[in-house]
Amino acid sequence: MTAITLSSPEATPQRPWTSRLTTTQVWGLALLAPYILVFAAFVVYPVSYGLWLARHPASYVALYNDPIFARAAVNTLIFLIVGINLKMLIALALSGFFIQQRAWIRWLSVLFILPWAVPSIPTILSVRFMFNPEWGVVNHLIFKLTGEDGPNWLNDPAIALTMAIGMHIWKSLPFWTLILMTGRLAIPQDQFEAAEVDGASGWQKFRFVTWPAMRTLYMTCTLLSMIWTLGDFNSVYLLTGGGPADLTHVLATLGIRYLRLDQLDLSMAAIVCALPLVLPLVYFMMKRLSR
Amino acid sequence: MKSFSLRDVGNEAKLLLIGLPVLIWTLLPIYHLVLFAISPKQDAFAGKLWPDHPTLHNFGIVFRQQHYFLRDFWAQFWNSTVIALAVGALTLFIATCAAFAISRLRVPGGRTVMNLALFTYFIPAAFLAVPMYRTMGNYGLLNNHWSLIFAMVTIASPYAIWVLKQASDKLPVELDEAAIMDGATPMQLFRLVYLPLMLPSLVAIGTYAVLLAWNEYLYAFLLLSKDTEITLPVALGNFLAADDSPWELLMTTGLIYALPPAAMYYAFRRYMVGGLTAGAVKS
Repeated sequence: MTAITLSSPEATPQRPWTSRLTTTQVWGLALLAPYILVFAAFVVYPVSYGLWLARHPASYVALYNDPIFARAAVNTLIFLIVGINLKMLIALALSGFFIQQRAWIRWLSVLFILPWAVPSIPTILSVRFMFNPEWGVVNHLIFKLTGEDGPNWLNDPAIALTMAIGMHIWKSLPFWTLILMTGRLAIPQDQFEAAEVDGASGWQKFRFVTWPAMRTLYMTCTLLSMIWTLGDFNSVYLLTGGGPADLTHVLATLGIRYLRLDQLDLSMAAIVCALPLVLPLVYFMMKRLSR
Repeated sequence: MKSFSLRDVGNEAKLLLIGLPVLIWTLLPIYHLVLFAISPKQDAFAGKLWPDHPTLHNFGIVFRQQHYFLRDFWAQFWNSTVIALAVGALTLFIATCAAFAISRLRVPGGRTVMNLALFTYFIPAAFLAVPMYRTMGNYGLLNNHWSLIFAMVTIASPYAIWVLKQASDKLPVELDEAAIMDGATPMQLFRLVYLPLMLPSLVAIGTYAVLLAWNEYLYAFLLLSKDTEITLPVALGNFLAADDSPWELLMTTGLIYALPPAAMYYAFRRYMVGGLTAGAVKS
Protein backbone atom coordinates (compact mmCIF):
# COMPACT_ATOMS: atom_id res chain seq x y z
CA MET A 1 0.00 0.00 0.00
CA THR A 2 2.47 2.57 1.22
CA ALA A 3 4.90 2.08 -1.65
CA ILE A 4 2.26 2.89 -4.20
CA THR A 5 0.67 5.89 -2.50
CA LEU A 6 4.10 7.35 -1.92
CA SER A 7 5.19 7.01 -5.52
CA SER A 8 2.18 8.72 -7.06
CA PRO A 9 1.47 11.88 -5.07
CA GLU A 10 1.51 13.98 -8.23
CA ALA A 11 -1.12 11.90 -9.99
CA THR A 12 -3.95 13.93 -11.46
CA PRO A 13 -7.61 12.91 -11.06
CA GLN A 14 -7.86 12.29 -14.83
CA ARG A 15 -5.45 9.36 -14.91
CA PRO A 16 -6.38 6.49 -17.24
CA TRP A 17 -7.17 4.52 -14.09
CA THR A 18 -10.27 6.54 -13.28
CA SER A 19 -11.97 5.90 -16.57
CA ARG A 20 -11.59 2.19 -16.04
CA LEU A 21 -12.16 2.26 -12.33
CA THR A 22 -15.33 0.20 -12.41
CA THR A 23 -13.91 -2.48 -14.68
CA THR A 24 -10.79 -2.60 -12.57
CA GLN A 25 -12.83 -2.80 -9.42
CA VAL A 26 -14.91 -5.62 -10.80
CA TRP A 27 -11.76 -7.51 -11.75
CA GLY A 28 -10.23 -6.80 -8.38
CA LEU A 29 -13.22 -8.11 -6.52
CA ALA A 30 -13.40 -11.17 -8.76
CA LEU A 31 -9.75 -11.88 -7.98
CA LEU A 32 -10.33 -11.47 -4.27
CA ALA A 33 -13.37 -13.72 -4.32
CA PRO A 34 -11.54 -17.08 -4.08
CA TYR A 35 -9.79 -16.09 -0.87
CA ILE A 36 -12.91 -14.49 0.59
CA LEU A 37 -14.80 -17.73 -0.07
CA VAL A 38 -12.10 -19.83 1.58
CA PHE A 39 -12.01 -17.41 4.51
CA ALA A 40 -15.78 -17.50 4.95
CA ALA A 41 -16.08 -21.27 4.63
CA PHE A 42 -13.03 -22.38 6.60
CA VAL A 43 -12.32 -19.56 9.04
CA VAL A 44 -15.45 -17.52 9.75
CA TYR A 45 -17.83 -20.45 9.91
CA PRO A 46 -15.58 -22.80 11.97
CA VAL A 47 -14.49 -20.08 14.38
CA SER A 48 -18.04 -18.84 15.02
CA TYR A 49 -19.31 -22.38 15.25
CA GLY A 50 -16.51 -23.25 17.69
CA LEU A 51 -17.25 -20.23 19.85
CA TRP A 52 -20.90 -21.14 19.81
CA LEU A 53 -20.02 -24.66 20.98
CA ALA A 54 -17.99 -23.15 23.80
CA ARG A 55 -20.84 -21.01 25.10
CA HIS A 56 -21.95 -23.24 28.03
CA PRO A 57 -20.57 -22.16 31.42
CA ALA A 58 -20.91 -25.81 32.46
CA SER A 59 -18.00 -26.70 30.13
CA TYR A 60 -15.70 -24.33 31.94
CA VAL A 61 -16.72 -25.71 35.32
CA ALA A 62 -16.03 -29.23 34.08
CA LEU A 63 -12.73 -28.06 32.65
CA TYR A 64 -11.80 -26.38 35.92
CA ASN A 65 -12.56 -29.58 37.79
CA ASP A 66 -10.47 -31.72 35.47
CA PRO A 67 -7.00 -31.97 37.04
CA ILE A 68 -5.54 -32.65 33.58
CA PHE A 69 -6.61 -29.19 32.48
CA ALA A 70 -4.83 -27.46 35.36
CA ARG A 71 -1.73 -29.47 34.60
CA ALA A 72 -1.96 -28.66 30.88
CA ALA A 73 -2.34 -24.95 31.62
CA VAL A 74 0.77 -25.00 33.81
CA ASN A 75 2.68 -27.01 31.20
CA THR A 76 1.68 -24.52 28.53
CA LEU A 77 3.01 -21.67 30.64
CA ILE A 78 6.27 -23.53 31.27
CA PHE A 79 6.50 -24.16 27.54
CA LEU A 80 5.94 -20.49 26.79
CA ILE A 81 8.15 -18.95 29.47
CA VAL A 82 11.05 -21.40 29.55
CA GLY A 83 10.86 -22.84 26.06
CA ILE A 84 10.47 -19.65 24.09
CA ASN A 85 12.98 -17.56 26.00
CA LEU A 86 15.54 -20.32 25.86
CA LYS A 87 14.93 -20.80 22.16
CA MET A 88 15.08 -17.11 21.29
CA LEU A 89 18.21 -16.49 23.36
CA ILE A 90 19.99 -19.43 21.72
CA ALA A 91 18.79 -18.22 18.33
CA LEU A 92 20.10 -14.74 19.07
CA ALA A 93 23.49 -16.11 20.09
CA LEU A 94 23.68 -18.53 17.17
CA SER A 95 22.72 -15.82 14.69
CA GLY A 96 25.94 -14.09 15.77
CA PHE A 97 27.85 -17.30 15.20
CA PHE A 98 26.37 -17.98 11.77
CA ILE A 99 27.11 -14.53 10.32
CA GLN A 100 30.85 -15.17 10.74
CA GLN A 101 32.52 -15.30 7.35
CA ARG A 102 33.92 -18.82 7.21
CA ALA A 103 33.40 -21.43 4.53
CA TRP A 104 32.81 -24.18 7.12
CA ILE A 105 30.26 -22.07 8.97
CA ARG A 106 28.40 -21.50 5.71
CA TRP A 107 28.30 -25.28 5.21
CA LEU A 108 27.16 -25.77 8.76
CA SER A 109 24.36 -23.27 8.25
CA VAL A 110 23.17 -25.26 5.25
CA LEU A 111 22.93 -28.38 7.42
CA PHE A 112 21.56 -26.44 10.38
CA ILE A 113 18.33 -25.71 8.50
CA LEU A 114 17.49 -29.42 8.18
CA PRO A 115 15.30 -29.76 11.32
CA TRP A 116 13.10 -27.02 9.94
CA ALA A 117 13.03 -28.42 6.40
CA VAL A 118 12.16 -32.02 7.24
CA PRO A 119 8.74 -33.02 8.56
CA SER A 120 8.26 -33.38 12.32
CA ILE A 121 7.08 -36.92 12.59
CA PRO A 122 10.12 -38.94 11.46
CA THR A 123 12.60 -36.98 13.53
CA ILE A 124 10.39 -36.89 16.63
CA LEU A 125 9.87 -40.64 16.37
CA SER A 126 13.61 -41.03 15.98
CA VAL A 127 14.19 -39.09 19.21
CA ARG A 128 11.47 -41.07 20.87
CA PHE A 129 13.30 -44.27 20.12
CA MET A 130 16.70 -42.83 21.04
CA PHE A 131 15.35 -42.32 24.55
CA ASN A 132 13.55 -45.64 24.80
CA PRO A 133 14.66 -46.90 28.24
CA GLU A 134 15.23 -50.48 27.13
CA TRP A 135 16.32 -50.31 23.51
CA GLY A 136 17.35 -46.72 22.93
CA VAL A 137 20.90 -45.71 22.14
CA VAL A 138 21.04 -43.13 24.96
CA ASN A 139 20.50 -45.60 27.77
CA HIS A 140 22.79 -48.10 26.04
CA LEU A 141 25.54 -45.50 26.20
CA ILE A 142 24.74 -44.57 29.78
CA PHE A 143 24.93 -48.24 30.74
CA LYS A 144 28.23 -48.69 28.92
CA LEU A 145 29.77 -45.62 30.56
CA THR A 146 28.44 -45.90 34.10
CA GLY A 147 27.24 -49.47 34.41
CA GLU A 148 23.88 -48.17 35.62
CA ASP A 149 20.50 -47.97 33.98
CA GLY A 150 19.61 -44.56 32.59
CA PRO A 151 16.42 -42.74 33.52
CA ASN A 152 13.08 -43.80 32.12
CA TRP A 153 13.06 -40.62 30.04
CA LEU A 154 9.54 -40.39 28.71
CA ASN A 155 7.83 -41.97 31.69
CA ASP A 156 8.84 -39.30 34.16
CA PRO A 157 6.54 -36.30 33.58
CA ALA A 158 9.18 -33.69 34.47
CA ILE A 159 11.80 -35.20 32.16
CA ALA A 160 9.24 -35.87 29.44
CA LEU A 161 8.08 -32.25 29.45
CA THR A 162 11.68 -31.03 29.33
CA MET A 163 12.25 -33.31 26.36
CA ALA A 164 9.15 -32.01 24.61
CA ILE A 165 10.47 -28.47 25.08
CA GLY A 166 13.83 -29.63 23.74
CA MET A 167 12.09 -31.16 20.74
CA HIS A 168 10.25 -27.91 20.10
CA ILE A 169 13.52 -25.98 20.28
CA TRP A 170 15.27 -28.48 18.00
CA LYS A 171 12.56 -28.05 15.38
CA SER A 172 12.09 -24.28 15.42
CA LEU A 173 15.54 -23.00 16.32
CA PRO A 174 16.79 -22.89 12.69
CA PHE A 175 13.92 -20.70 11.55
CA TRP A 176 14.39 -18.07 14.25
CA THR A 177 18.16 -18.14 13.90
CA LEU A 178 17.71 -17.43 10.20
CA ILE A 179 15.36 -14.51 10.90
CA LEU A 180 17.68 -13.02 13.52
CA MET A 181 20.62 -13.48 11.12
CA THR A 182 18.75 -11.39 8.58
CA GLY A 183 18.32 -8.77 11.29
CA ARG A 184 21.99 -8.81 12.20
CA LEU A 185 23.09 -8.54 8.59
CA ALA A 186 20.94 -5.43 8.20
CA ILE A 187 22.98 -3.51 10.80
CA PRO A 188 25.30 -1.08 9.02
CA GLN A 189 28.86 -2.40 9.24
CA ASP A 190 30.39 1.05 9.93
CA GLN A 191 28.72 1.13 13.36
CA PHE A 192 30.82 -1.88 14.35
CA GLU A 193 33.92 -0.31 12.84
CA ALA A 194 33.31 2.88 14.80
CA ALA A 195 32.83 0.87 17.99
CA GLU A 196 36.05 -1.00 17.28
CA VAL A 197 37.95 2.26 16.83
CA ASP A 198 36.64 3.33 20.24
CA GLY A 199 38.05 0.10 21.65
CA ALA A 200 34.76 -1.61 22.44
CA SER A 201 34.91 -5.23 23.59
CA GLY A 202 32.83 -7.93 21.93
CA TRP A 203 30.21 -7.69 24.66
CA GLN A 204 30.12 -3.89 24.43
CA LYS A 205 29.63 -4.11 20.67
CA PHE A 206 26.68 -6.40 21.26
CA ARG A 207 25.32 -4.27 24.10
CA PHE A 208 25.57 -0.89 22.38
CA VAL A 209 25.33 -1.65 18.66
CA THR A 210 23.74 -5.03 17.96
CA TRP A 211 21.10 -5.16 20.67
CA PRO A 212 19.62 -1.66 20.15
CA ALA A 213 19.30 -2.43 16.43
CA MET A 214 17.79 -5.87 17.04
CA ARG A 215 15.55 -5.21 20.02
CA THR A 216 12.30 -4.63 18.14
CA LEU A 217 12.86 -7.57 15.82
CA TYR A 218 13.71 -9.78 18.77
CA MET A 219 10.54 -8.78 20.62
CA THR A 220 8.37 -9.35 17.55
CA CYS A 221 9.94 -12.75 16.96
CA THR A 222 9.39 -13.71 20.59
CA LEU A 223 5.72 -12.76 20.45
CA LEU A 224 5.13 -14.46 17.11
CA SER A 225 6.90 -17.51 18.45
CA MET A 226 4.48 -17.48 21.41
CA ILE A 227 1.50 -17.72 19.10
CA TRP A 228 3.02 -20.56 17.11
CA THR A 229 4.23 -22.40 20.18
CA LEU A 230 0.68 -22.35 21.55
CA GLY A 231 -0.31 -24.14 18.36
CA ASP A 232 2.54 -26.65 18.45
CA PHE A 233 0.81 -29.99 18.71
CA ASN A 234 3.49 -32.26 17.30
CA SER A 235 6.36 -31.75 19.75
CA VAL A 236 4.28 -32.93 22.67
CA TYR A 237 1.85 -35.34 21.07
CA LEU A 238 4.35 -37.30 19.00
CA LEU A 239 7.00 -37.45 21.71
CA THR A 240 4.98 -38.15 24.84
CA GLY A 241 1.40 -38.49 23.61
CA GLY A 242 0.53 -36.26 26.56
CA GLY A 243 1.61 -39.02 28.92
CA PRO A 244 2.63 -40.43 31.28
CA ALA A 245 -0.82 -40.34 32.91
CA ASP A 246 -1.81 -37.24 30.89
CA LEU A 247 0.69 -35.15 32.82
CA THR A 248 2.55 -33.60 29.88
CA HIS A 249 -0.39 -32.20 27.93
CA VAL A 250 -0.37 -28.61 26.74
CA LEU A 251 -3.54 -26.77 25.72
CA ALA A 252 -3.06 -27.70 22.05
CA THR A 253 -2.85 -31.44 22.72
CA LEU A 254 -5.53 -31.27 25.41
CA GLY A 255 -8.00 -29.72 22.98
CA ILE A 256 -7.37 -32.58 20.56
CA ARG A 257 -7.58 -35.13 23.38
CA TYR A 258 -11.08 -33.96 24.30
CA LEU A 259 -11.97 -33.98 20.62
CA ARG A 260 -10.88 -37.61 20.32
CA LEU A 261 -12.95 -38.41 23.41
CA ASP A 262 -15.93 -36.81 21.67
CA GLN A 263 -16.12 -34.06 24.28
CA LEU A 264 -16.30 -31.26 21.78
CA ASP A 265 -17.60 -28.67 24.25
CA LEU A 266 -14.65 -29.24 26.55
CA SER A 267 -12.32 -29.24 23.60
CA MET A 268 -13.48 -25.80 22.48
CA ALA A 269 -13.58 -24.52 26.06
CA ALA A 270 -9.93 -25.50 26.55
CA ILE A 271 -9.03 -23.50 23.46
CA VAL A 272 -11.15 -20.52 24.47
CA CYS A 273 -9.20 -20.46 27.75
CA ALA A 274 -6.10 -19.55 25.76
CA LEU A 275 -7.79 -16.64 24.00
CA PRO A 276 -6.98 -13.99 26.64
CA LEU A 277 -3.36 -14.78 25.83
CA VAL A 278 -3.73 -15.21 22.07
CA LEU A 279 -5.94 -12.22 21.21
CA PRO A 280 -3.64 -9.46 22.52
CA LEU A 281 -0.75 -11.14 20.72
CA VAL A 282 -2.71 -11.36 17.48
CA TYR A 283 -3.78 -7.75 17.80
CA PHE A 284 -0.22 -6.63 18.42
CA MET A 285 1.19 -8.68 15.53
CA MET A 286 -1.47 -7.46 13.11
CA LYS A 287 -0.75 -3.88 14.07
CA ARG A 288 2.95 -4.42 13.55
CA LEU A 289 2.69 -6.20 10.24
CA SER A 290 -0.04 -4.15 8.60
CA ARG A 291 1.50 -0.77 9.33
CA MET B 1 40.80 -11.48 4.37
CA LYS B 2 42.81 -10.87 7.50
CA SER B 3 46.31 -12.17 7.88
CA PHE B 4 46.91 -15.37 9.81
CA SER B 5 47.80 -14.89 13.46
CA LEU B 6 47.68 -16.54 16.87
CA ARG B 7 44.56 -14.58 17.72
CA ASP B 8 42.83 -15.94 14.63
CA VAL B 9 43.67 -19.48 15.68
CA GLY B 10 42.12 -18.78 19.08
CA ASN B 11 39.02 -17.33 17.43
CA GLU B 12 38.73 -20.32 15.14
CA ALA B 13 38.97 -22.66 18.12
CA LYS B 14 36.25 -20.74 19.94
CA LEU B 15 34.02 -20.92 16.88
CA LEU B 16 34.64 -24.65 16.58
CA LEU B 17 33.65 -25.02 20.20
CA ILE B 18 30.24 -23.66 19.23
CA GLY B 19 30.06 -25.25 15.80
CA LEU B 20 30.69 -28.81 16.90
CA PRO B 21 27.87 -29.03 19.47
CA VAL B 22 25.57 -27.28 16.99
CA LEU B 23 26.41 -29.88 14.35
CA ILE B 24 25.78 -32.79 16.73
CA TRP B 25 22.56 -31.26 18.09
CA THR B 26 21.25 -30.66 14.58
CA LEU B 27 22.12 -33.97 13.01
CA LEU B 28 21.75 -36.46 15.84
CA PRO B 29 18.01 -37.25 15.43
CA ILE B 30 18.43 -37.32 11.67
CA TYR B 31 21.51 -39.51 11.89
CA HIS B 32 19.66 -41.85 14.21
CA LEU B 33 16.85 -42.05 11.67
CA VAL B 34 19.23 -42.94 8.87
CA LEU B 35 21.09 -45.39 11.10
CA PHE B 36 17.89 -47.28 11.81
CA ALA B 37 16.90 -47.35 8.18
CA ILE B 38 20.16 -49.03 7.15
CA SER B 39 20.45 -51.37 10.15
CA PRO B 40 19.23 -54.94 10.40
CA LYS B 41 16.76 -55.21 13.26
CA GLN B 42 19.17 -56.73 15.82
CA ASP B 43 21.86 -54.06 15.23
CA ALA B 44 19.37 -51.23 15.61
CA PHE B 45 18.04 -52.54 18.88
CA ALA B 46 21.51 -53.17 20.28
CA GLY B 47 22.18 -49.43 20.50
CA LYS B 48 25.08 -49.47 18.04
CA LEU B 49 26.36 -46.18 16.63
CA TRP B 50 27.07 -47.81 13.28
CA PRO B 51 25.62 -51.14 12.12
CA ASP B 52 27.97 -54.11 11.67
CA HIS B 53 26.24 -54.94 8.43
CA PRO B 54 24.65 -51.89 6.81
CA THR B 55 21.87 -52.93 4.47
CA LEU B 56 19.17 -51.53 2.24
CA HIS B 57 16.97 -54.48 3.10
CA ASN B 58 14.48 -52.29 5.00
CA PHE B 59 13.89 -50.12 1.95
CA GLY B 60 13.09 -53.25 -0.07
CA ILE B 61 10.48 -54.29 2.49
CA VAL B 62 8.88 -50.85 2.45
CA PHE B 63 8.87 -50.50 -1.32
CA ARG B 64 7.44 -54.00 -1.78
CA GLN B 65 4.93 -53.38 1.04
CA GLN B 66 5.98 -56.63 2.72
CA HIS B 67 4.62 -55.88 6.15
CA TYR B 68 1.19 -55.64 7.68
CA PHE B 69 1.70 -51.93 8.44
CA LEU B 70 2.95 -51.18 4.94
CA ARG B 71 0.15 -52.74 2.89
CA ASP B 72 -0.88 -49.32 1.59
CA PHE B 73 2.49 -47.59 1.49
CA TRP B 74 2.32 -46.61 -2.18
CA ALA B 75 -1.31 -45.51 -1.94
CA GLN B 76 -0.37 -43.34 1.03
CA PHE B 77 2.66 -41.95 -0.75
CA TRP B 78 0.43 -41.10 -3.68
CA ASN B 79 -2.15 -39.45 -1.38
CA SER B 80 0.55 -37.27 0.17
CA THR B 81 1.82 -36.29 -3.26
CA VAL B 82 -1.55 -35.45 -4.77
CA ILE B 83 -2.68 -33.48 -1.72
CA ALA B 84 0.57 -31.52 -1.48
CA LEU B 85 0.50 -30.62 -5.18
CA ALA B 86 -3.16 -29.66 -5.05
CA VAL B 87 -2.54 -27.45 -2.03
CA GLY B 88 0.44 -25.85 -3.78
CA ALA B 89 -1.53 -25.11 -6.94
CA LEU B 90 -4.67 -23.86 -5.19
CA THR B 91 -2.74 -21.70 -2.73
CA LEU B 92 -0.73 -20.15 -5.55
CA PHE B 93 -3.88 -19.42 -7.51
CA ILE B 94 -5.80 -17.91 -4.61
CA ALA B 95 -2.90 -15.95 -3.16
CA THR B 96 -1.62 -14.59 -6.47
CA CYS B 97 -5.07 -13.36 -7.45
CA ALA B 98 -5.59 -11.77 -4.05
CA ALA B 99 -2.15 -10.15 -3.91
CA PHE B 100 -2.58 -8.74 -7.43
CA ALA B 101 -6.00 -7.33 -6.57
CA ILE B 102 -4.86 -5.81 -3.29
CA SER B 103 -1.49 -4.49 -4.32
CA ARG B 104 -1.82 -3.62 -8.02
CA LEU B 105 -5.53 -3.02 -8.64
CA ARG B 106 -5.92 -1.46 -5.20
CA VAL B 107 -9.40 -2.87 -5.00
CA PRO B 108 -11.62 -1.27 -2.33
CA GLY B 109 -11.68 -3.47 0.75
CA GLY B 110 -8.31 -4.95 -0.16
CA ARG B 111 -6.81 -3.80 3.09
CA THR B 112 -9.57 -5.48 5.03
CA VAL B 113 -8.97 -8.76 3.21
CA MET B 114 -5.27 -8.43 3.98
CA ASN B 115 -6.10 -7.99 7.66
CA LEU B 116 -8.44 -10.96 7.63
CA ALA B 117 -5.68 -13.04 6.10
CA LEU B 118 -3.19 -11.86 8.71
CA PHE B 119 -5.68 -12.71 11.42
CA THR B 120 -5.89 -16.27 10.09
CA TYR B 121 -2.10 -16.46 9.94
CA PHE B 122 -1.98 -15.77 13.67
CA ILE B 123 -4.54 -18.33 14.81
CA PRO B 124 -2.51 -21.18 16.31
CA ALA B 125 -2.99 -24.10 13.90
CA ALA B 126 -3.85 -26.65 16.60
CA PHE B 127 -6.60 -24.34 17.88
CA LEU B 128 -8.27 -24.00 14.51
CA ALA B 129 -8.10 -27.77 14.07
CA VAL B 130 -10.92 -28.48 16.52
CA PRO B 131 -13.62 -26.32 14.93
CA MET B 132 -12.24 -27.16 11.48
CA TYR B 133 -12.80 -30.84 12.16
CA ARG B 134 -16.44 -30.22 13.01
CA THR B 135 -16.91 -27.93 10.05
CA MET B 136 -15.58 -30.53 7.64
CA GLY B 137 -18.03 -32.96 9.20
CA ASN B 138 -20.88 -30.53 8.61
CA TYR B 139 -19.78 -30.05 5.01
CA GLY B 140 -19.70 -33.82 4.58
CA LEU B 141 -16.04 -33.72 3.62
CA LEU B 142 -14.56 -35.89 6.40
CA ASN B 143 -12.41 -38.76 5.09
CA ASN B 144 -12.30 -37.01 1.76
CA HIS B 145 -9.03 -35.62 0.42
CA TRP B 146 -10.74 -32.32 -0.27
CA SER B 147 -11.12 -31.71 3.46
CA LEU B 148 -7.36 -31.82 3.97
CA ILE B 149 -6.72 -29.84 0.79
CA PHE B 150 -9.09 -27.05 1.83
CA ALA B 151 -7.77 -27.05 5.38
CA MET B 152 -4.18 -26.69 4.20
CA VAL B 153 -5.09 -24.04 1.63
CA THR B 154 -6.78 -22.11 4.45
CA ILE B 155 -3.63 -22.31 6.52
CA ALA B 156 -1.16 -21.64 3.69
CA SER B 157 -2.98 -18.79 1.91
CA PRO B 158 -2.66 -16.02 4.52
CA TYR B 159 1.10 -16.16 4.62
CA ALA B 160 1.21 -16.62 0.85
CA ILE B 161 -0.93 -13.53 0.30
CA TRP B 162 1.17 -11.58 2.75
CA VAL B 163 4.51 -12.47 1.13
CA LEU B 164 3.19 -11.97 -2.40
CA LYS B 165 1.66 -8.62 -1.47
CA GLN B 166 4.99 -7.49 0.01
CA ALA B 167 6.73 -8.51 -3.20
CA SER B 168 4.02 -6.91 -5.38
CA ASP B 169 4.38 -3.60 -3.59
CA LYS B 170 8.03 -3.50 -4.62
CA LEU B 171 7.25 -3.63 -8.34
CA PRO B 172 7.35 -0.12 -9.84
CA VAL B 173 3.89 1.34 -10.44
CA GLU B 174 5.10 2.86 -13.72
CA LEU B 175 5.03 -0.61 -15.31
CA ASP B 176 1.29 -0.85 -14.72
CA GLU B 177 0.70 2.68 -15.90
CA ALA B 178 2.63 2.06 -19.12
CA ALA B 179 0.69 -1.12 -19.80
CA ILE B 180 -2.63 0.62 -19.15
CA MET B 181 -1.60 3.44 -21.52
CA ASP B 182 -1.02 0.79 -24.17
CA GLY B 183 -4.59 -0.36 -23.58
CA ALA B 184 -3.95 -3.43 -21.49
CA THR B 185 -6.92 -4.82 -19.59
CA PRO B 186 -6.38 -5.78 -15.96
CA MET B 187 -6.17 -9.43 -17.02
CA GLN B 188 -3.52 -8.71 -19.63
CA LEU B 189 -1.64 -6.70 -17.04
CA PHE B 190 -1.86 -9.72 -14.73
CA ARG B 191 -0.68 -12.26 -17.28
CA LEU B 192 1.87 -10.30 -19.26
CA VAL B 193 3.40 -7.93 -16.74
CA TYR B 194 2.66 -9.15 -13.25
CA LEU B 195 3.17 -12.92 -13.34
CA PRO B 196 6.56 -12.90 -15.10
CA LEU B 197 7.95 -10.34 -12.65
CA MET B 198 6.64 -12.23 -9.64
CA LEU B 199 8.08 -15.58 -10.70
CA PRO B 200 10.74 -15.90 -7.97
CA SER B 201 8.21 -15.16 -5.23
CA LEU B 202 5.74 -17.56 -6.82
CA VAL B 203 8.34 -20.34 -6.73
CA ALA B 204 9.02 -19.61 -3.05
CA ILE B 205 5.33 -19.60 -2.15
CA GLY B 206 4.51 -22.69 -4.21
CA THR B 207 7.31 -24.59 -2.48
CA TYR B 208 6.18 -23.30 0.90
CA ALA B 209 2.61 -24.50 0.37
CA VAL B 210 3.66 -27.91 -0.99
CA LEU B 211 6.02 -28.47 1.93
CA LEU B 212 3.44 -27.33 4.46
CA ALA B 213 0.88 -29.78 3.12
CA TRP B 214 3.36 -32.65 2.72
CA ASN B 215 4.64 -32.21 6.28
CA GLU B 216 1.27 -31.73 7.96
CA TYR B 217 0.39 -34.27 10.60
CA LEU B 218 -2.41 -32.97 12.86
CA TYR B 219 -4.99 -32.01 10.24
CA ALA B 220 -4.33 -35.13 8.20
CA PHE B 221 -4.69 -37.24 11.33
CA LEU B 222 -8.01 -35.62 12.24
CA LEU B 223 -9.59 -35.36 8.81
CA LEU B 224 -8.67 -38.68 7.17
CA SER B 225 -8.98 -42.15 8.59
CA LYS B 226 -9.26 -44.94 6.01
CA ASP B 227 -5.96 -46.80 5.52
CA THR B 228 -6.01 -46.28 1.77
CA GLU B 229 -6.98 -42.61 2.07
CA ILE B 230 -4.54 -41.37 4.73
CA THR B 231 -1.25 -39.63 4.04
CA LEU B 232 2.19 -40.91 5.00
CA PRO B 233 2.58 -39.02 8.31
CA VAL B 234 -0.73 -40.42 9.55
CA ALA B 235 0.39 -43.91 8.57
CA LEU B 236 3.62 -43.33 10.52
CA GLY B 237 1.63 -42.17 13.52
CA ASN B 238 -0.51 -45.29 13.31
CA PHE B 239 2.61 -47.46 13.57
CA LEU B 240 2.93 -46.15 17.11
CA ALA B 241 -0.41 -47.48 18.22
CA ALA B 242 0.84 -51.04 17.91
CA ASP B 243 2.52 -52.83 20.80
CA ASP B 244 5.08 -54.48 18.57
CA SER B 245 5.91 -51.63 16.19
CA PRO B 246 8.52 -52.66 13.64
CA TRP B 247 10.71 -49.68 14.49
CA GLU B 248 13.30 -50.30 11.79
CA LEU B 249 10.54 -50.18 9.16
CA LEU B 250 8.93 -47.19 10.83
CA MET B 251 12.21 -45.28 10.64
CA THR B 252 12.82 -46.37 7.05
CA THR B 253 9.39 -45.19 6.00
CA GLY B 254 10.00 -41.99 7.95
CA LEU B 255 13.26 -41.39 6.11
CA ILE B 256 11.62 -41.99 2.72
CA TYR B 257 8.88 -39.57 3.72
CA ALA B 258 11.39 -36.92 4.89
CA LEU B 259 13.53 -37.02 1.75
CA PRO B 260 11.27 -35.25 -0.80
CA PRO B 261 10.71 -32.12 1.31
CA ALA B 262 14.40 -31.90 2.19
CA ALA B 263 15.33 -32.25 -1.49
CA MET B 264 12.72 -29.68 -2.48
CA TYR B 265 13.93 -27.27 0.14
CA TYR B 266 17.52 -27.50 -1.07
CA ALA B 267 16.48 -27.28 -4.72
CA PHE B 268 14.61 -24.02 -4.12
CA ARG B 269 16.68 -22.71 -1.23
CA ARG B 270 17.73 -19.64 -3.21
CA TYR B 271 14.09 -18.57 -3.53
CA MET B 272 12.91 -19.82 -0.16
CA VAL B 273 15.32 -17.99 2.09
CA GLY B 274 14.89 -14.62 0.43
CA GLY B 275 11.20 -14.94 -0.32
CA LEU B 276 10.03 -16.40 2.95
CA THR B 277 12.15 -14.80 5.61
CA ALA B 278 11.67 -11.34 4.13
CA GLY B 279 7.95 -11.55 4.70
CA ALA B 280 8.03 -13.51 7.94
CA VAL B 281 8.85 -10.66 10.26
CA LYS B 282 9.11 -7.14 9.03
CA SER B 283 11.76 -5.48 11.14
